[in-house]
Amino acid sequence: MVAFSEFESKQLLANHGVEVSRDKLAQSAEEAVEAAAEIGGPVAVKLCGPSLSHKSERGLVRLGLDTPEGVHSAAEDLLALVTEEDGEVALLVSEMVGGHRELIAGVVHTEQFGAALMLGLGGVLAEAVGEAVFRLLPVSEADCRDMIDDLDFSALLAPLRGEPAVNRDALVATLMGLAQAGCEDGIEAIDVNPLVVRDGRPVAVDGLVVMSSP
Amino acid sequence: MRSNPFDLLFNPRGIVVAGASSHPGKFGFVALHNVLAGGFNGRVFATNPEQPTILGVETLASVDEVPQGAADLVMVCTPPQTCPDILRSAAERGIGAAFIASGGFRESGPEGTQAEERLIELAQSLDMVVAGPNGQGLISTPSRLAAQIVAPVPPPGPIAVASQSGNLVSAFMNYATQSGVGISRAVSAGNAAMVGVVDYLSWFSDDSFTKAMVAYVEGVDDGRRFAAAVRDAAEAKPVVLVKGGTTPRGAQAAASHTGALATDDRIFDGMVRQSGAVRAATIEEAYDAVAAFATQPLPAGPRTLVLSSAGGWGVITADAVSKSNLELIPLPADLEAAIDGLVPPRWSRGNPIDLAGGEGRDTIPQAINLVADHPEVDAVIYLGMGIQANTASHLRSGPFFESAELARICEYHERQDGRFAQAAAEASARTGKPILAATELAVTQPGNAGPATVAAEGRYCFPSADRAVRALHHLWWHARWRKRHLG
Repeated sequence: MVAFSEFESKQLLANHGVEVSRDKLAQSAEEAVEAAAEIGGPVAVKLCGPSLSHKSERGLVRLGLDTPEGVHSAAEDLLALVTEEDGEVALLVSEMVGGHRELIAGVVHTEQFGAALMLGLGGVLAEAVGEAVFRLLPVSEADCRDMIDDLDFSALLAPLRGEPAVNRDALVATLMGLAQAGCEDGIEAIDVNPLVVRDGRPVAVDGLVVMSSP
Repeated sequence: MRSNPFDLLFNPRGIVVAGASSHPGKFGFVALHNVLAGGFNGRVFATNPEQPTILGVETLASVDEVPQGAADLVMVCTPPQTCPDILRSAAERGIGAAFIASGGFRESGPEGTQAEERLIELAQSLDMVVAGPNGQGLISTPSRLAAQIVAPVPPPGPIAVASQSGNLVSAFMNYATQSGVGISRAVSAGNAAMVGVVDYLSWFSDDSFTKAMVAYVEGVDDGRRFAAAVRDAAEAKPVVLVKGGTTPRGAQAAASHTGALATDDRIFDGMVRQSGAVRAATIEEAYDAVAAFATQPLPAGPRTLVLSSAGGWGVITADAVSKSNLELIPLPADLEAAIDGLVPPRWSRGNPIDLAGGEGRDTIPQAINLVADHPEVDAVIYLGMGIQANTASHLRSGPFFESAELARICEYHERQDGRFAQAAAEASARTGKPILAATELAVTQPGNAGPATVAAEGRYCFPSADRAVRALHHLWWHARWRKRHLG
């Protein structure tokens, strides 16, 4: 199994029409500060590399940095945490995507049914709740609409705390993009977590694309 | 040209019961008994090397003696080691299909598995279709064929059943017998060595006697083939699926029952929904759903109206509709005005329409027609039927039936409930909208003129409002799938 880095994964997804956070790679704390200035607003800084799939667990993500000093010191801290096993590593500077609602979406490989598209509830309680719906690839737009309707928490898609309702067409487009990416040769799994709903539109804030071994 | 092998299974010219027994406790006896008692409309042969006649049938010493071309199906009730020779002889006599009821194959261990594999290779080389082994049999009511080692023989009707558990075939047939919404074909797939549940569904989907089908599965060998076959079947006709082994402990039980591999239930569920089949959580719910599909038109939308002459049931049903994918619409103003003209002012003036006992002789048929005709109503749940006939039943059995001359009022009550049931069926047929009648009397007092007339009209009387709502939920789910996916 070979994984793409977060940056590469999200670029691949973006090429299939999935809206992703604005990201820039940086090789040093100085470059990270420049990238943050270009992106504007508060940013997240993370370590990014093909072997770094559990960034949060290892504390390799710094969120809500809104000053050049903050970005600089976060970047230095993170670079100091790099170990030999991490291989090729860069800094990833990402815009902060604001939204109360977090979803997860992706493509999983199942033994009996092959590849399937997944949509579920994201955020800290997601794992405990385990609420997710699936469709076998390939999917149609109608399948994606059905998936959204099938979610037990579909009421969460209505207007919420000053945020507009989730734009279903945009969510369908995201799902179709993921499905399209999932049908590409050699792609074993895709995991977008979280998929944050900003102004009603889903944005991939973190993404991981895994290739099957050649 | 050879017939479709499933035609040979379900519409054979003649049947041979191989291993017929004179011992009433043996499957070989029961199988022959059931074929004869069912009144099969083809020729019946039985083999037994010792008994010259069993149940009035002159036996043959072996399948070799069956006249050439006289039978298409052999039902095998003999030990596993005898099966290969029986298949060879059967093929020789022009028999193209076998149902092997015998056990002792894959379910019994590695040796049985090998025997099963060899048997299927043999059947393929003989160009025979083999159902089972280790299955309880099949039912085909258009042929009056009851080739099974268990009861019951259900009434003919529009529902087809395929199951990985024989006992659940019986369960569906028991429901069919009780409700009157009968069976076209039913088959226990047994070990499904050659022919599995989805193969039967594919054939049912082209079968003119079948309007809707239900299947019980525990495991799926080839998920993609299963999904594609269910989708093809569901495009043709409604398919209701129940899956056993959805929890870790249930999956353990399924592994020892049919050898099914555990499946992530969320993936299975997605596959079912994507294919347009509907998934029922229980056998009861599955029968309710398939009976609804088989006897009601599909709703054009979710807008549901509840019509009740029984207050509490109306309330319960409002709750049930609210928790479903259906929409409990506000009562349209023109409909309110029209109902107002029929009953005293104390009625509910909302949805559910509770007539609150203010009905006259013709009120309920009139109200049924009003709601069914209304353009903003897609489906109707009708409650309260059978109350009058229940009263009649009590008066009839009481001490004053003769002295108080209660016969006329009893007949009136019974006639009324019959009319109500008829009005619901006719309004549904006229408008093309589902009208689901529900009363517990369907179970507690099946002879009641209300539920009895529903059955006589060829419809399914739901045993409770909640079950009717759940079935309507499935109807709308499938109807919506058709709109979205088939355009």
